[in-house]
Amino acid sequence: MDFSLTDEQRMLADTLDRLIADRVAPEQRRAMLEAPADEPSALWQTFADLGLLHMPFAEEVGGLGGDGIDLMLIMQALGRGLVPDAYLAGLVLPGDLLARLGDAKQRERWLTPLLEGDHQLALAWQESHARYDADGITTAARRDGDGWCLDGNKQLVLNAASAAALLVTARLDDGRLGVFVVPADASGLSRRDYRTIDDQSASDLTLDAVSLNDASCLGLDAAQALYATLALGRAALCAESLGAMEVACEQTLDYLKERQQFGTPLSAFQSLQHRMVDMHLHLEQARSMAILAATSLALPDAERDYRLAAAKAYCGEAARFVAEQSIQLHGGMGMSEECYVSHYAKHLVMFDHYLGDVDHHLNHVSDHLVDAA
Amino acid sequence: MNLTYSAEEQAFRQEVRDFLATSLPDDIRERVRLGRRLSADDHVRWQNILSERGWLAPNWPEAHGGPGWGPVQRHIFDEECAAAHAPTVVPFGVNMVAPVIMKFGSEAQQRYYLPRILSNRDWWCQGYSEPGAGSDLASLKTRAVRDGDHYVVTGQKTWTTLGQHANMMFCLVRTDPDARKQAGISFLLIDMASPGITVRPIITLDGAHEVNEVFLDEVRVPVANRIGEEGQGWTCAKFLLTHERTGIAGLGHAKQALRHLKALATRVQHRGRPLLELASFRQRVVKAELELMALEVTNLRVIAAAQDGSVPGAESSLLKVRGSELRQELSELTRRALGPAALPFFPDFLHGDGELDDPTLAESAAGAAQYFNRRKLSIYGGANEIQKSIVAKTILGM
Repeated sequence: MDFSLTDEQRMLADTLDRLIADRVAPEQRRAMLEAPADEPSALWQTFADLGLLHMPFAEEVGGLGGDGIDLMLIMQALGRGLVPDAYLAGLVLPGDLLARLGDAKQRERWLTPLLEGDHQLALAWQESHARYDADGITTAARRDGDGWCLDGNKQLVLNAASAAALLVTARLDDGRLGVFVVPADASGLSRRDYRTIDDQSASDLTLDAVSLNDASCLGLDAAQALYATLALGRAALCAESLGAMEVACEQTLDYLKERQQFGTPLSAFQSLQHRMVDMHLHLEQARSMAILAATSLALPDAERDYRLAAAKAYCGEAARFVAEQSIQLHGGMGMSEECYVSHYAKHLVMFDHYLGDVDHHLNHVSDHLVDAA
Repeated sequence: MNLTYSAEEQAFRQEVRDFLATSLPDDIRERVRLGRRLSADDHVRWQNILSERGWLAPNWPEAHGGPGWGPVQRHIFDEECAAAHAPTVVPFGVNMVAPVIMKFGSEAQQRYYLPRILSNRDWWCQGYSEPGAGSDLASLKTRAVRDGDHYVVTGQKTWTTLGQHANMMFCLVRTDPDARKQAGISFLLIDMASPGITVRPIITLDGAHEVNEVFLDEVRVPVANRIGEEGQGWTCAKFLLTHERTGIAGLGHAKQALRHLKALATRVQHRGRPLLELASFRQRVVKAELELMALEVTNLRVIAAAQDGSVPGAESSLLKVRGSELRQELSELTRRALGPAALPFFPDFLHGDGELDDPTLAESAAGAAQYFNRRKLSIYGGANEIQKSIVAKTILGM
């Protein structure tokens, strides 16, 4: 039992916190959001220089061999800064799936430049009718001579507009789940780009007879690998929400101490003190669940997915509570776009809509609840 | 970071489990399992067994007869005791007055009282709350007036848990009525056999005689029975509040309650199917499961910090609030799972030696009573609202 961070981990967290405070202040963040999607940000280059793009990958595939806690620290820092760069969507998720499925050649073609910061990728796993269910997809891949032909639609593909290629999940004729690398300029692939309400860059994709060579196929029995990647993503999201919750709590507390009404700071009112403590309680319990998630990634699949579902559901509830109370305790200010906490609140609420929401994950826990003693 | 127990810790867990399997008397185990009140003799019998094994006082340093365990071992011990239906050790001697005597008592006081606690010769109760001093404990009015080598103590204490069995009481009294309210308080050890003491039961809403009123009418207490200096009583009381509260979430009890709830809800039927399959009920069990997972990690975080030498202060308030809420929720779900069977009430069986010849009735007898009894969890030891105010002040600086 050990909850301490290594010296390297403490340094990593400090470095990132300083970097993000320096480079992703509100006005800088706005500029980053308005920059064109196909140019990597200066921050991404700094991430590459610091080795952050190598961190979450095993040494065998050219990474630094960081563990769940390393990723947690990075995501927590990104959450604290509401950093718009797609570390999770453009690097971790597609990179992890590539590392699990790709052969040496495919890794060299797609993973190595990803880790070097030369390109970004995206993971297209979600479809509108399937909600959060990675299995319920209908995008089809069929054999076409020596290659493959893909048809279907993908929803909410984060970072697709900045990606050199997309990792697309598709159903094979025999019912198995395949994963294919689709270059961004593939013929038959079209994109509708948009921002989510919490400022993520996303796209809906149409694949209309997209023709691929055989080297584009990462795996034909890829369901287990995909679940593992999504589990990693859920752990990362829990950590990111933790960082955002921390800042929402800090800003709300500062505001309560500063804002005067009836001749006294708001923080003097007991009802507001107790509300603030409730936020803090949610934050600390969510921290525990984020730690649990980060340390459960190497467990056997069923146990891993059970804990990840529990953590994602728990953090989803906590994040919503913290977000709603942040707005409430900021009074009218919390309703304004100008007040930075409102951006945290939006992200914390919408956090629930990525990689499965509270209902989705509670249902998983419920289905796998160990019934009797 | 690593959340798994080491091989040594797992071996320790097995050792505790084996001990409980062989040493906990069956009749006591069965009473605890059924939620029946233990007699004073039951408590002492079990505590003597623990004492013989050297495990009565897990929090004590080895020099005073503790087993030398760290916070993780204590946590494991608590969990296993709850899982095995072992009685909770009556905390007032071992866990409450003893640390104060160790910290503030004279050497003579330590030599006299500590071995008596370890051998269960003294049964201690707590004289803190008064009719007019609950959450605002420092407003207590029980007066101690110096008369030569004695204090003459007059006043009333209340909510005195298991005071009916106690021969000693540690007591906060006002020695200086003119001082600022916290400053005029002293910490006295009072022999319950002293003339002028009357103990009257308070029957709680579950029909139990657990707490008492204690009336003190010109009770003569030797000055030698004062712990620390005159006027230092509040310091002693506050010390106790921050001392070794890593177990305050009651995690072992919560885990046991959840296990019991799941087994119960699997056994009882709703329209021909296990109640646990009823969506609305199952949803609440799932949420309790999640809360328990989070609370366990939070508790372990506090324990790990304590292992590294930091004193859990306001963090215990977090554990207390969420732990008590969870245990109350589990008692609520257990009561509901029982359905109509929660209604029959057999106080002679629950609180005395009356027997029930129907085992089905016996199994469900305690459910509703325990639900009502658990309401105390968010009230005692500083109500949850007080805990929140402590967090607001000490952690959040409000």
